[in-house]
Amino acid sequence: MSVQPVVLWTDALVFVLLAAVLVLAWAIRRQEHLRAPWAAVARRPMAMGAALVLAVFVVIGLLDSLHYRERLPGSPADAPQYSVEVLSVFDALVGTLRTQHEKTYSAPLAMQLYAKEFVERDGETVRDYPRLRYGGAHLAHAGERRPDIAWRSVTGLVQGLVAGVLLFGLLAAWQVRRTRTSLDAWLSDWGAGRLGWPARTVVVVVSLLLVVGGVIAQLAAGYHVLGTDKVGQDVLYISLKSIRTGLVIGTLTTLVTLPLAIGLGIAAGYFRGWVDDVIQYVYTVLNSIPGVLLIAAAVLIVQVYIESNPELFDTAAARADIRLLALCVIMGVTSWTGLARLLRGESLKLRTLDYVEAARAFGVSHARIIGRHIFPNVFHLVLIAIVLDFSGLVLAEAVLSYVGVGVDPSMYSWGNMINGARLELAREPVVWWQLGAAFAFMFALVLAANLFADGVRDAFDPRQGARR
Amino acid sequence: MSALLEVRGLVTDIGAARVVDGVSFDVAAGETYALLGESGCGKSMTALSLMRLLPDGGRVTSGTVGLDGENLLALPERAMRTVRGGRMAMIFQEPMLALNPVIKVGEQIGEALALHQSLSGAAARDAARALLDAVGVPDAARRLDAYPFELSGGLRQRAMIAIALAGKPQLLIADEPTTALDVTIQAQVLEVLRNLKAERRMGMLLITHDLGVVAENADRVGVMYAGELLEEGTREAFFAAPQHPYSRMLFDALPRPGDGGRLTTIPGQVPQLDGALAGCRFEPRCPHAVARCRVESPDWQTLGGQRVRCHLAGQLPAQPSRAAAARAMATQAAQPLLQVDGLKVHFPVRRGLLQRTVGHVRAVDDVSLAIEAGRTLALVGESGCGKTTVGKALLRLTEPTAGSVVLDGEAVTARNLAALRRQLQMVFQDPFSSLNPRMRVADILLEGMDALGVGAAGQRRAAVARLLQQVGLPDDAGGRYPHAFSGGQRQRIAIARALAVSPRLVICDEPTSALDVSVQAQILNLLKDLQDALGLAYLFITHNLAVVEYLAHQLAVMYLGRIVEHGPAAEVLRAPRHPYTQALVSAVPRIEPHAGGTVIRLAGDQPSPLNPPDGCHFHPRCPHAGEICRRTYPDRTELGDGHWVRCHWVAGQV
Repeated sequence: MSVQPVVLWTDALVFVLLAAVLVLAWAIRRQEHLRAPWAAVARRPMAMGAALVLAVFVVIGLLDSLHYRERLPGSPADAPQYSVEVLSVFDALVGTLRTQHEKTYSAPLAMQLYAKEFVERDGETVRDYPRLRYGGAHLAHAGERRPDIAWRSVTGLVQGLVAGVLLFGLLAAWQVRRTRTSLDAWLSDWGAGRLGWPARTVVVVVSLLLVVGGVIAQLAAGYHVLGTDKVGQDVLYISLKSIRTGLVIGTLTTLVTLPLAIGLGIAAGYFRGWVDDVIQYVYTVLNSIPGVLLIAAAVLIVQVYIESNPELFDTAAARADIRLLALCVIMGVTSWTGLARLLRGESLKLRTLDYVEAARAFGVSHARIIGRHIFPNVFHLVLIAIVLDFSGLVLAEAVLSYVGVGVDPSMYSWGNMINGARLELAREPVVWWQLGAAFAFMFALVLAANLFADGVRDAFDPRQGARR
Repeated sequence: MSALLEVRGLVTDIGAARVVDGVSFDVAAGETYALLGESGCGKSMTALSLMRLLPDGGRVTSGTVGLDGENLLALPERAMRTVRGGRMAMIFQEPMLALNPVIKVGEQIGEALALHQSLSGAAARDAARALLDAVGVPDAARRLDAYPFELSGGLRQRAMIAIALAGKPQLLIADEPTTALDVTIQAQVLEVLRNLKAERRMGMLLITHDLGVVAENADRVGVMYAGELLEEGTREAFFAAPQHPYSRMLFDALPRPGDGGRLTTIPGQVPQLDGALAGCRFEPRCPHAVARCRVESPDWQTLGGQRVRCHLAGQLPAQPSRAAAARAMATQAAQPLLQVDGLKVHFPVRRGLLQRTVGHVRAVDDVSLAIEAGRTLALVGESGCGKTTVGKALLRLTEPTAGSVVLDGEAVTARNLAALRRQLQMVFQDPFSSLNPRMRVADILLEGMDALGVGAAGQRRAAVARLLQQVGLPDDAGGRYPHAFSGGQRQRIAIARALAVSPRLVICDEPTSALDVSVQAQILNLLKDLQDALGLAYLFITHNLAVVEYLAHQLAVMYLGRIVEHGPAAEVLRAPRHPYTQALVSAVPRIEPHAGGTVIRLAGDQPSPLNPPDGCHFHPRCPHAGEICRRTYPDRTELGDGHWVRCHWVAGQV
């Protein structure tokens, strides 16, 4: 075998989380009162469109979470040695995008470096923009660049459209077979939006994603689509790699938050008395410490620990990963208070309801009352909080990395990209693409997450539900 | 008499549902027209259509609403705003929700005065005071500066009426104006409305589900069912001989004194209004229905002073007068199943930084009760008198402060609580909040059996099926969730849950107050059947004296945490001795004309249990109070046959 799988801590947790989500989905399918709101989410065009965009991000993030190390060429087969560089399946899929390093900055789709240098030309040394090693290397002269870009874009567009139409055809064929209608009837239903699910939106969004993907894939084969950064790395590659960081922060932090928020929030509201007092004091104190300060302190402690115990981490990736995990944990510890307070209030209300009183009249134990009467009735709040907090956490990572207390500087993340671009904004002409790329990716992810969260909240909020 | 309000063929849709379908009626000036019907029949929607205040998605599809000859439905919204509150005002059911809690009462009245009479400053203040005086608010000048939360429920409803009167309306729409109030307060508010109507020659549209309120207040009555008017007539004619089967069944469903038999129930439910309805809407529930009813919607027919929409109008058999069978009251000298002595529940009131206890709310203060096996004790009182707390303290859902509870000869302590809970269970008031919406009915019924270890685990499923059958629910109900059931069915589930552990005593906390009259009759019948079949004893907590008359053997009247009168139910209700019981009994609106005796109207409200008056708690409201009542709390005065009362006046000490 020429590769050695590497399971980082966050990888393991991400896949545990994935398994948990799948189990939960299976459980939800069997519970009518939980399935109904999800069906309502699935009927909302906006939420479904957003979910598709999110799905693209999630797939990239998951592919990027399957790590391995390559065997060093020439190492003996019986005692293989592996590269110190940890790669992921995603790296293998994007191929040369990772390795095509330029010397330094270059603009998006450029064929020359951003800065002038002394170059040898016809035996003479002149000061000019040198050609890039990879970007536009196939072009003979600058005049070919624009037609080539246009040609590649159109090719990508057509490929994307063809793929979209093909998929649509497959969908139509499958649906027609399943529902035993004629193709014409199905198409007219689809056009009028009478299918009971937002088929139009799904088809349009999928086609759009395929077109964008096709264009980018075509262009990326010959150019640096989003330019290169200070050390000449492809910004598109960095941005795509940052997706995993953002998703890990957004989801794993929630994993830390949930037990604290649910356990303490419900306990405070249900038991009241001194339990309530203690929990309230804890979260009031925690809330009054500036979050950034606490996070900075915790991250620095972890950093010191990593540096004083180098033998525990065999690769740089493992070191960066443990810091990412620490960041998730500390952000989780500082951010459970809001949800806990919400759940406390709801439990305070629920515990006085007659069905809880009736259960107490039977002498049902507290654990069972919480498990069967309180938790199922606050579960919608938990779900709404998870999806609403996600985007906030992604943005928080960017801010923290920008301040310098976020993820490891060697880790790809949008916060680090912004941090790196900060000083270059003063240059003339301005180096905007790094910042712009981070902004665009974050915007797409957070907007999709927020639109999806809106759909989930509308479907689960009982007050909203009553009006419809 | 020319009509003030003329409604013709009013049709209102909300979404796909036709909630009001072709309703026509008139209200003359100085007349009270009552719209009567069960919940979901479109009464409130009719009123909101008149005001053009329909909820989102609702619109008046056709018809005219003439107020003094002017068609309101044709008015532009701008003109309509001066009509609302100006010529036509509305009072809502829940006074706490209709008043803004952060604005003083005087300012809220002033707002209406400024809008409709262009009054401001001192003139507005004087006018507001005059209005509060007119609706019978004592100490009106001071109340102007009070916030709504400082007023009791009855005063709040009067403030609402004052606001409604600020525009000098010609027509007052009162949507269940007293449903949220206690009987003594209800009597006060209804009297205010009657007087105002007479003084100002207003027309009044009274919307209610309570036949008693209609009987005492209305001049003419319209019965609504499923969005249609079914019957209309003067009060006298309607109460003498209701013509429509639905109206008749409403009467029969009411529990009445001395009525030992079963109540008539109306099977089924009000139909869904979003489907196409052919034929008579009441046909599926009507015992007299013939084939014609199913296909042809009946037209109006005039019978003397009444109009009725029924194919069989005039052909129905005359109503048999119900035999006032005296109930066999076998007085057993059995050992009491439950004996409560000196029960007290005091809630500490804490204030300040250190949460020091500065006082106690004496919710229950020295209550003693006894219930025999297979008998029913009714605990009656107005809201806030502590009757629910008694029930919860017996089950130890609220920890009692003092007192002893002996169940079947065994003192109940914290240690043998499980045994207590097998013997004693509770049915709650609101069937919508007493069933967990996230649990299947079978799981709800199993919960108690699992927790208390009743029966072998393998037999519990069979027990669930038996319980469902016992309370008259279909066999497949166990697999469904509570939201699939109507209010009455939910209350059946709640009763089945209590019966699951085979208790000997069931505490029923107002089990029918959230239900319609016809459904109430079903539940009362069920409770009675279960008592006969299983020998259950009930502690029946209620404010509804009619239900007490029907169901209870013994009666205890509570006022401010204490029992003031106790005795055999029939005797106490027929000849109440305590002034409070007398007022309570006389305040209940009755269908039958009062047989002599003037109605006793109580002044004021129940005082706060945080700071009860010295001496007899009732003396500030008592018409007979003397000096001794202000100083000492009265002892029991035995009147024989287990009937006793705590009153100096009855004891002859005043």
